Amino acid sequence: MGDVNEPGFGWDEPLDRRTLLERAAIAGGALAAGGLLTASQASAGSSAVGGKVTAFFGQFGGIAEQEGIRKYVLRSFNGEVDGIFAPISNPALFVDRVRAEAKAGKGNIDLLIGLHGDFVTFQNEGLIRGVGDIAKQAKNLPEALLRSGKLGTKTQYYVPHSTATYVMVANKDVLKYMPKGADINALTYGQVFAWAKAIRKGTGQNRFGLPASDTGLFHRFLQGFLVPSFTGGFVTAFRSKEAVAAWEYMRQLWQYTHPQSLSYAFMQDPLLSEEVLLGWDHVARLKTALDQRPDDLVAFPVPKGPKARAYMPVIVGLGIPKNAPNPDGARALARHMLTLSAQAQILSITGFFPTVPGRLSKKISPGLLAESNAVRRQLQAKDAVPAQLPIGIGAEGGNFSKIYRDTFTRIVRNNENIQTVLKEQGDLLQAIFDKTGAPCWGPDPSSGKAPCRVK
Amino acid sequence: MTTIAEDTAPLARRRRRWEGLPYLLILPTVVYLGVFFVWPMIQGFGLALRDESGGWSLSAFETMVDDAAFGDAMSFTFLLILVIVPIQLVLALGMALLLNARLRLGGLFLYIFLLPLAISDLAAGIAWSAIFTERGYLNTILEGVGVLEQPFIFLDPTSRTQLVIAVAAAEIWRSTTFMMVILFAGLQAIPKDYTEAAEVFGAGFFQRVRHVIFPMLKPSIQVALLLRLIFAFEVFAVVIALTGSGATVLAAEAYKWQATNENEHVAAAYSMVILGLSLAAAAVVLVALRTPRERRLR
Amino acid sequence: MALRQIRIGRVLAYVAALVLSAFILAPIYLITISAFSGFDAVYDYPKNLVPSDLTMESMNIFLDSEGVTDSLLRSVYVAAITIIVCLAIGTPAGYALARFTFRGANPFQLALVSTRAFPLIIIAIPLAVTYLRVGIDDTVLGVALAHVAFTLPLTVLVTASVFAGISYELEEAAMTLGCNRLSAFRRVALPLALPGVAASSIFVFVTSWNEVFAAALLTLRERTLPAQMLAALDTSPLPYRLAGGFFLLAPALVVIFFIRKYLLTTWGKVAR
Repeated sequence: MGDVNEPGFGWDEPLDRRTLLERAAIAGGALAAGGLLTASQASAGSSAVGGKVTAFFGQFGGIAEQEGIRKYVLRSFNGEVDGIFAPISNPALFVDRVRAEAKAGKGNIDLLIGLHGDFVTFQNEGLIRGVGDIAKQAKNLPEALLRSGKLGTKTQYYVPHSTATYVMVANKDVLKYMPKGADINALTYGQVFAWAKAIRKGTGQNRFGLPASDTGLFHRFLQGFLVPSFTGGFVTAFRSKEAVAAWEYMRQLWQYTHPQSLSYAFMQDPLLSEEVLLGWDHVARLKTALDQRPDDLVAFPVPKGPKARAYMPVIVGLGIPKNAPNPDGARALARHMLTLSAQAQILSITGFFPTVPGRLSKKISPGLLAESNAVRRQLQAKDAVPAQLPIGIGAEGGNFSKIYRDTFTRIVRNNENIQTVLKEQGDLLQAIFDKTGAPCWGPDPSSGKAPCRVK
Repeated sequence: MTTIAEDTAPLARRRRRWEGLPYLLILPTVVYLGVFFVWPMIQGFGLALRDESGGWSLSAFETMVDDAAFGDAMSFTFLLILVIVPIQLVLALGMALLLNARLRLGGLFLYIFLLPLAISDLAAGIAWSAIFTERGYLNTILEGVGVLEQPFIFLDPTSRTQLVIAVAAAEIWRSTTFMMVILFAGLQAIPKDYTEAAEVFGAGFFQRVRHVIFPMLKPSIQVALLLRLIFAFEVFAVVIALTGSGATVLAAEAYKWQATNENEHVAAAYSMVILGLSLAAAAVVLVALRTPRERRLR
Repeated sequence: MALRQIRIGRVLAYVAALVLSAFILAPIYLITISAFSGFDAVYDYPKNLVPSDLTMESMNIFLDSEGVTDSLLRSVYVAAITIIVCLAIGTPAGYALARFTFRGANPFQLALVSTRAFPLIIIAIPLAVTYLRVGIDDTVLGVALAHVAFTLPLTVLVTASVFAGISYELEEAAMTLGCNRLSAFRRVALPLALPGVAASSIFVFVTSWNEVFAAALLTLRERTLPAQMLAALDTSPLPYRLAGGFFLLAPALVVIFFIRKYLLTTWGKVAR
């Protein structure tokens, strides 16, 4: 019980297999169970007495993650610090509480640790201040991520702290089916297709897999990888002939995709059972497989399409509320969290990768090491284009994803005419932007303040 | 567990000391069921027939019917019933006859046959998914004996037939016992000479079943079918556990609308459909297996 | 009838009984060996039909996972509350049905029987809405109260049948010896009825332990084991699911042993 109390939990300590197993299970259970709100600590968050810093986490709310962060990341901070975590089951509470404090005019929170999208909301509602000074002090943060932290303005609203994304994983048994001359770290969509086809030919079964169940993240593959790689855009080129080609590609690829993909939520399970030998998913949903079978599995960057090697980054940033009682303390804590050792601890505890460059210790778990190498290659690829979810569509985010899912169902599963489907689904997409007035966002060309238009 | 009522029907009702006492004794039950059974049911109608703004409307039913999953859920639910119930009836009857046959080791068989009665459809779904999954036990066995050369994908979300068969297998496994218990009770009311094992499984067994046992068991069969059909509309966890999002049933949709989409109106509309179907199924069974009064046993 | 045919009949009966037993036991056996095999063995293919070595690895993964021990405990609490409330409310009603002739007895009994025609789904959804308003959403108590609603009718019918099987003369004799109605009930009828009532409680326990739909709808964080398992179905690793499935199923093995005779007699009749 409670592996967090065992010495093996720290990133500095060697990780044994049992700890890894348990942590894998905890991650699974935590996602299902939802975290517990640490209400007692939340209310105890005192108002800026002395040098006390209150940090509010919108991420990492799982019990094991909370424990790990308190025990290692926060404890190693040179000063008094209080960590509050929004529960996994109710992530909206993160924004709600910051909003409530602003309304009440009395702030308790000094440092915010949240997703890119959270900061968009904060900035829209004028709840946060600039943090350019912290960004300047932290050296060598990736330029692309820093730019994301400006939220399209000139002010740095958050400092990129850690990041996650989606990568591909293959079983080493099928490396032999990879098309000749292909570089695993610089594949194209065409090569992935040829590979999936060759695997079918060689093994007699469809062994390429995607997490396409209701709870899987397949819609991210469609939105942030496939379509932008073919069209170079998110929304504007939704009906373009390049988009038609992307969907035609998907239709072809599906013939070599494992039919049970429709019931996969986390690809680590089918990869471990070898139902799937080549797959794509979020790093957090692949980690257990890579930890368990480091010698049999290999992680590598996503493929490149005709227009770009598009990928969807998940960025966790650090920001400071306007009414923070102890902004200096917040700055100090932010600097601490950007140190290489704190970043490595975060990686070990949460599986989110550092934004600060530097060598990772060999003591890191094999799965994380494999993933972090793949993620780095993906980030550093010259043709890599981050495709962030559109900003400002607010509550329509669910519908935005549903459009891509439905498009897939109609084109690939029901075999409907691609142009017709894209026309109709494009209208629905346009309706979201008309309703919310959200402008275009990279990689789409800017539409200024006007709502984004599907061409 | 020794003294057990012979029957509930001839209740000993003798003393009449204080007229109010029995009412006082049943009062808590009546109140409880009023608050936690009848009232929620009335509320359920209200929820299904109102919209978000609180006004009376059929919008919940419209949303439900327009949803692509409605047709799928409806047809899958009925397909399952059509496949499961006939097989179950035969199996349950066979098991009840076997238990009645006073075999040696009868106590052991009784224990084993009864086990599924205490197993949830969720647990059944998990157990059977370990069997049916591509890298599971069934493929291991079939490959082992040489029937298959490659693992077969039983739980293929694109094949409705295969999903129905998989869920039906798990459901037959789990809920046949429930019918067996009712049929067994009915069987015991039949005079012993008709059901003696040796005779029953000897020559003329099927004639016996058809001409003697079946007619005498009719009331029990009626009840067993009735309850089985009602429960069939409630099944959902086994479907989710076995098919993921590959297939759906009415109860699973009701659950999704309440828990995931947080729309209690559409969820309640689904529950009303389930209620309607349950009552309709009950009516069909009662009419189809009607026993003329003069031929009733008791 | 020829003796040979009788013998063939018996052989066939044994074969049928053995085949059916194998059909019922096989999934239980397979999930048990899966739950007690190691992480790698769970993912292995072809599967080991006879485990080479049993380990607690999968079991530990499950039990050490966040929320699992809590949900196990919650399931026990819910079942315990359900039994207590059911007995406290249901036993008097069952006794009344068995011992008194009163107007409304038959409609009351009929109403209890007909509750079975209404799937619990119908009441679970409105209850979820009401609980939110009253403030007992996401609580052990809320789930237990819903479970009582499903199990109370059967409890009343079963206890009625149990009391009906106990001769009233005994109570009368006790009353002539100086007991009043209450103490006659307590000293004579209750002890005799106890085994039957206990068996019905065990059945209530199992019903509550297995119930998924209402438990999953009425809770969010305070999940019972089935609700937790349902939520974790497609997001948890395979060893977690298998061990959890075993935990859901294990009580059946014990419970049925204790109430098997009773199930065939009283329960079969009452359900009828």
